[in-house]
Amino acid sequence: MSNKNNPDHEDLVHIGPEMAVAEADVHPDEVGTFVRGTSLWRDAWRRLLKNKLAVVGMMVVIIVTIASIIGPTAIKAIFGFTPDFIPTGDVNATRSLPPFTGPNGQFTWTHPMGTDNAGRDQFARVLQGGQISLFVGILSTVVSLLIGVSYGAVSGYVGGRVDNMMMRIVDVLYSLPYVIVVIVLLSMFRSQTPRGQLILLFIALGSVSWLTMARIVRGQVLSLKNQEFVLAARATGVSNTRIIFRHLIPNTLGPVIVYATLTIPQIMLTEAFLSFLGFGVQAPIASWGSLAADGIQNIAIFPWQLIFPGVTMALTLFSLNFLGDGLRDALDPQMRTV
Amino acid sequence: MLRFIVRRLLITIPTILVVISITWVLIKLAPGNFYSGEKPLPPAIEKNIREKYGLDKPWYQQYGKTMWGIVRLDFGTSLKYQGQSVNTIIKRSLPVSAAVGILAYLLALVVGVTAGSIAALKQNTKWDYGSMALAMLGISIPNFVLGPILVLVFSLTLYWLPPSRWEGFPSWNLVLPVLTLSAIYMAYIARLTRAGMLEVLRSDYIRTARAKGLSERDVVIRHALRGGLMPVISYTGPALAFLLTGTVVVERIFALPGLGNYFIQASLNRDEPLIIGIVAFIAIVLLLMNLLVDIVYAYLDPRVRY
Repeated sequence: MSNKNNPDHEDLVHIGPEMAVAEADVHPDEVGTFVRGTSLWRDAWRRLLKNKLAVVGMMVVIIVTIASIIGPTAIKAIFGFTPDFIPTGDVNATRSLPPFTGPNGQFTWTHPMGTDNAGRDQFARVLQGGQISLFVGILSTVVSLLIGVSYGAVSGYVGGRVDNMMMRIVDVLYSLPYVIVVIVLLSMFRSQTPRGQLILLFIALGSVSWLTMARIVRGQVLSLKNQEFVLAARATGVSNTRIIFRHLIPNTLGPVIVYATLTIPQIMLTEAFLSFLGFGVQAPIASWGSLAADGIQNIAIFPWQLIFPGVTMALTLFSLNFLGDGLRDALDPQMRTV
Repeated sequence: MLRFIVRRLLITIPTILVVISITWVLIKLAPGNFYSGEKPLPPAIEKNIREKYGLDKPWYQQYGKTMWGIVRLDFGTSLKYQGQSVNTIIKRSLPVSAAVGILAYLLALVVGVTAGSIAALKQNTKWDYGSMALAMLGISIPNFVLGPILVLVFSLTLYWLPPSRWEGFPSWNLVLPVLTLSAIYMAYIARLTRAGMLEVLRSDYIRTARAKGLSERDVVIRHALRGGLMPVISYTGPALAFLLTGTVVVERIFALPGLGNYFIQASLNRDEPLIIGIVAFIAIVLLLMNLLVDIVYAYLDPRVRY
């Protein structure tokens, strides 16, 4: 499509008579007029906004993320305590208080999710746990992206025997009971510092979750590598590395983004599972998983200690899954399988 | 067919060895030792322990000994459960895990396939949206949140079901663990069935079946389900892997003396023979099941070439 009739507006597309034939959704009245051309991304964005569930999911994810980031600071500013503040003095205040209840049983806004066994504010702790859960989820996804995308792209681009070999390795790794191996890794190399354990955790999570990503990228690269633009690049003497990273990978971004969005909740779930079993984050760092693990001890007497971190986590994962599904439908309607 | 099975076995056996070797290397590379505690041991005692467990030998002899044991399916003796062989522990705990796992998978299969088929047959109705929203919920709720909430509701509030502990095979104690474990598979299977059925229902052979006047019931049950369930069958392999990790949590929540619970305990205690034994056992079961799934798949889908 050329814009030469209208040099002032580069993103406007002239609708000629030929388009009314070629594209069914051009209305006859529009022939001869100018409309704004849409890119793949703008199209996808429009489709995403039409999907109500995905939009709600996106909003919940944004709200939870922002609340987790600024929440603990805001609570400090408003109520004057940090997530690990343990009240002293008043005996009643160091009990686990139900939601919206003060030390003497009166109604209060101070602890909307109640307090834990030591009297720490549960709301602040859930928000801080959210920081860790989201952080681990996103960072591990980035690790798995880096490994998966490069592995898949190289495998698909080189092809032949190398491709066969590399994909056979992926097949073998796929069938491993990887969570079992991760548990052995985390328990054997248990770090002395909470921060060390956190780093170990996302290396472990990232390095086991790149397999599907590698398969997806390989498939994309296989179908792209014989197209003209790659031939053109090769003809002008661009190196293989550059072709892979500058020409092929950017063209696989759609499916990669979709899958990354769906990987984040999976990794968050695995992190919570490991923290729940005591192999993940260590105190004083808390994540939703470790908060739930603490809460489960007192489920009969203080159910709010489990319910609030658990429900917050479920809500976030629910929203991320809907957002991921919506993104997939928007970016790549043909990929719609599961 | 035989060639196909032999070829798959040729991949499966090295994979099992890889899993066991990775575990062995991780344990050997990890700092410290199973006998090292807070206080350093007197050198003479340490020397005796190292001799007793063969730690004074070079690494390839230790590795060879472990592997030779696994080849003969003899996993050695536990370090923490004094005088019990790993084989005894596995034999005792396997029925618990197997009962919960198999029941959960069957339940998931029945509910998931039914819900997924209904959703596909009534696409874009409230049935479809309802069951898919429920399925998404099932995928998103961690089982360690679902389990305690079920306990809270059905045991501690309504007093309908016992909250925990193992009381033999058919018993009410199994209801809550099985429900907790199967929730996520129900959800996955429902989604897979729906996707598979939607694709099949649009295919030519279904149109042919309808055209020759078969009843809707026959079309769905005899023709559509067979093709539509292929994704579910190929999901069985990964599902088994997840089922194994799922049982770890469920056994922990409901205090069931299953394989997963022993595995966690062994990891926390650094009970090396027990860790390697359980990992080896799980790897063997898992990969053999995967092999079985591949064979069933190849048998059902003539397009798969052996």
